[in-house]
Amino acid sequence: MPFGLLKYGLNSEYPGTHHFNPATELKKHYDVVIIGAGGHGTGIAYHLAKYHGITNVAVLEKNYLGSGNTARNTAVIRSNYLTEEGVTFYRESVKLWQDLSNEFNYNVMMESRGQLTLAHSDAAIRSFRWRAEVNQHMGVRSELIDRQQIAEMIPNLNMSEDSRFPIIGGLWHADGATARHDAVAWGYAKGACERGVELHQLTEVQDIEVTSGRVTALKTNRGRIQCGCVVQAVAGASSVVAKMAGIPLPIHSYPLQAMVTQPYKPLLTPHVSSPHLHVYTHQTSRGEFVIGGGSDPYPLYNTRATLDQRETLTAAALELFPFLAQARMLRQWAGTTDMTPDYSPIMGLSPVENYYLDAGWGTWGFKATPICGKTMAELVATKKVPDIIKPFELERFYKYQQINEAGATAASH
Amino acid sequence: MKLLTCPLNGQRNISEFTYGGEYHQMPDHQQASSREWAEHVFFHDNNAGIVTEWWCHSASSYWFLAQRNTISDQILRTFPADEIFNQRVDFAPAAEVSSDATPATKGESR
Repeated sequence: MPFGLLKYGLNSEYPGTHHFNPATELKKHYDVVIIGAGGHGTGIAYHLAKYHGITNVAVLEKNYLGSGNTARNTAVIRSNYLTEEGVTFYRESVKLWQDLSNEFNYNVMMESRGQLTLAHSDAAIRSFRWRAEVNQHMGVRSELIDRQQIAEMIPNLNMSEDSRFPIIGGLWHADGATARHDAVAWGYAKGACERGVELHQLTEVQDIEVTSGRVTALKTNRGRIQCGCVVQAVAGASSVVAKMAGIPLPIHSYPLQAMVTQPYKPLLTPHVSSPHLHVYTHQTSRGEFVIGGGSDPYPLYNTRATLDQRETLTAAALELFPFLAQARMLRQWAGTTDMTPDYSPIMGLSPVENYYLDAGWGTWGFKATPICGKTMAELVATKKVPDIIKPFELERFYKYQQINEAGATAASH
Repeated sequence: MKLLTCPLNGQRNISEFTYGGEYHQMPDHQQASSREWAEHVFFHDNNAGIVTEWWCHSASSYWFLAQRNTISDQILRTFPADEIFNQRVDFAPAAEVSSDATPATKGESR
């Protein structure tokens, strides 16, 4: 549309309306303060404003909107988990994803291209069969497929029986998808701001005042604010922020590194993951191959990239797709993954009465964004924990009722 | 290549080592409540700053302790575990076992 573009460029009202409210002074008091303006934080704000009529809400972000793990994840959406609690939760999230662009009238470029997890051992086949049975029982599309089906589905995949770890089967998940991760935070933030929510970027929470088991105020670099309640949605800094409120968490924070190649013409439709080789990849709609893997070998609050991890990822990716040997790497980066002992999130109530946790999002946070926004907002508005997130309470660790999803994460960590 | 100084084997590539979790004191194994055990086993300080943690030189199975800055990834000091674990601990189910009971030979797993 060259004329449309020209007209837009010459328009005196350029650049048009802002998506988000411009920075204003912080108010003295908010009913709800959300710490962290990623997909989760803005999603919670959006649901509070649209479905619960709570608009005296501030979303505080120490950097800029969607600048944390929302921008650093590899944008995988799936629900082929192992436990009943996990599958139910992620299944509902995938359903919300499918209508998300319509929900807030912002294109998140959701593409349901399916996900294939590869088995290189009999043990993996056994666990895949288990997952497929659980998934089908819960209404999630998962099935075990053999070598021939894999070869037909992905002609470029190295199916040689002479490789170090030959592919012997796979778990095919037709509901698997990808979406543009930045757009999710933008869409939610736009919808929330239109309804009166305030987004405050470059606003860092420095201390949390707790008096007799209740949060009363937050100290930020822009002054002190009083609040009715607080939700923390700060993947990558969960322990650090919760500690300000005096809440210990069962989390270790590890970097997870990923990289992208130069663009290729479309040649890979589904997302392909190999837990055995610690690698997963898919081709973005821009044509780049995104390559990710397991977390770094030890905890760190730093998003530096290492040569070690680059070598490991590259070696594994080449084993699956030998043609990538010619590829040039465009970028390598890291996000911080808050790993919990059972590879499930920590959501809901905390020991502090009006302080709600949305933490422990390890390597599974992006896919849970919409369901998280919906259920956490419901919790804040009704003070009642929705059934679907009840199993993920912090208290489960004290009751020894972990929800083990270690085997169902995309790569071992 | 990042280097780590093993108290037994000297300076080696960090890929030769396995991270073994935060160092923290075990509760009294006779008195601790189930809640205290849960905190000991699952909960971590996860500090952004200087931490003390277990490392193992995989090739020689040698466990030791390190002080590391988890923001800058600088390793400040590594030292043998007997700097802290200098007393024999008796795990026999006797009433008089001391309260700072900690195994002297094994590292804690994360």
